[in-house]
Amino acid sequence: MIRRPGRIALIGVLLAGGGLLVTSALQDTLTYYRTPGEVLADPEVARERVRLGGDVVPGSLRREGDLVVFNLAEAGHEIMVYQRGVPPETFREGESAVVEGHLSTDGVFRADHVEVRHGNEYRPAEAESSDAR
Amino acid sequence: MRATTVDLALDTRGGAAGRRTLAWTGGGLSAAAALAGGFLAPADAAQGPAQRLMYLHVPAAWVAYLAFGVVLAASVAYLIGADPRWDHFARAGAEIGVVLTALAIGTGSYWGHLVWGTWWAWDPRLVSTALLLLTYTGYLALRRMLTEHTGGHDGDRAVARPAAVLGVAGFLLVPVVHFSVLWWRSLHQQATMLAPERPPIDPRMGLALLLAVAAASVVALCVLLHRVVRLERRRSVPAAAPADPARRAPARVG
Repeated sequence: MIRRPGRIALIGVLLAGGGLLVTSALQDTLTYYRTPGEVLADPEVARERVRLGGDVVPGSLRREGDLVVFNLAEAGHEIMVYQRGVPPETFREGESAVVEGHLSTDGVFRADHVEVRHGNEYRPAEAESSDAR
Repeated sequence: MRATTVDLALDTRGGAAGRRTLAWTGGGLSAAAALAGGFLAPADAAQGPAQRLMYLHVPAAWVAYLAFGVVLAASVAYLIGADPRWDHFARAGAEIGVVLTALAIGTGSYWGHLVWGTWWAWDPRLVSTALLLLTYTGYLALRRMLTEHTGGHDGDRAVARPAAVLGVAGFLLVPVVHFSVLWWRSLHQQATMLAPERPPIDPRMGLALLLAVAAASVVALCVLLHRVVRLERRRSVPAAAPADPARRAPARVG
């Protein structure tokens, strides 16, 4: 038998848990990432830590020391990203990715975390899979 | 004589035979799905073998929706007719849904680790699914709490009525979870099979997925029926022998 104080505590914990999820969800989640267009239109937004999402521009990916450099593009807008740390294995050009970091005053987005978005299309690996788009 | 759907939930010889047939069907479908998902379907070009987690993750999520649909329908039926049978269906549905939602979150998390590069993200789909799990865990906790508080049994009206209200309200979250990837910007990909214009999926992958969903649905239906029969027995036994309702011989699995 759960007595009244215990019950109130249990409801409180459940409500607090739900509230915590909802508030943390609302802060970042409803726009999980910003697009290059949004960040370029209002760079002040990205001075603090944000997520930036777009397609990794083919041909832009290269390594500079311990940095991974690439451009993220969406709807014609493009931002160069300096990523510190190794991206996941599934990260490749042409695929969509979300990076976490901030926009420097020199217009470069400095990130330290990459998440790879993948589409809802599924196809077998072809023989010439090196040029997978 | 063929067992109809209604007989399947009855604690009779015919019902038990029907449930046994259903269990064998579920077992067969599961084996077929495991073969199709593990060997027939090719690994995905972009994601590699990690994509095979889809054959666990997607059925778990879909059948969890179905289970919460059972909770909704049975709760409405209980609020209208106050038949304790419907309350048993609602409780069993919630139990199955909670387990499957946890399984969907677990497999999804591992899949996310392998492909996205993160175990968890504060993304609309993931957060709404966690809320769904919390809601129906709360539903089961509410039942337990009311049962202990009233000192009665789980199927009593004082327990079943508030539970049914929550069982109806909780379903509001299901469309939020399902459409979260369309309504908000999300890390999670959008639906493939349930999309209005289906994006390309290799037919062998589609077959494996459909087999896995069919297997999960049939197995979940089996568990639901067994659970309802068991809850029914539990309710009828204390009435016959009210001396010691807490200690009973374990119910025979039909």
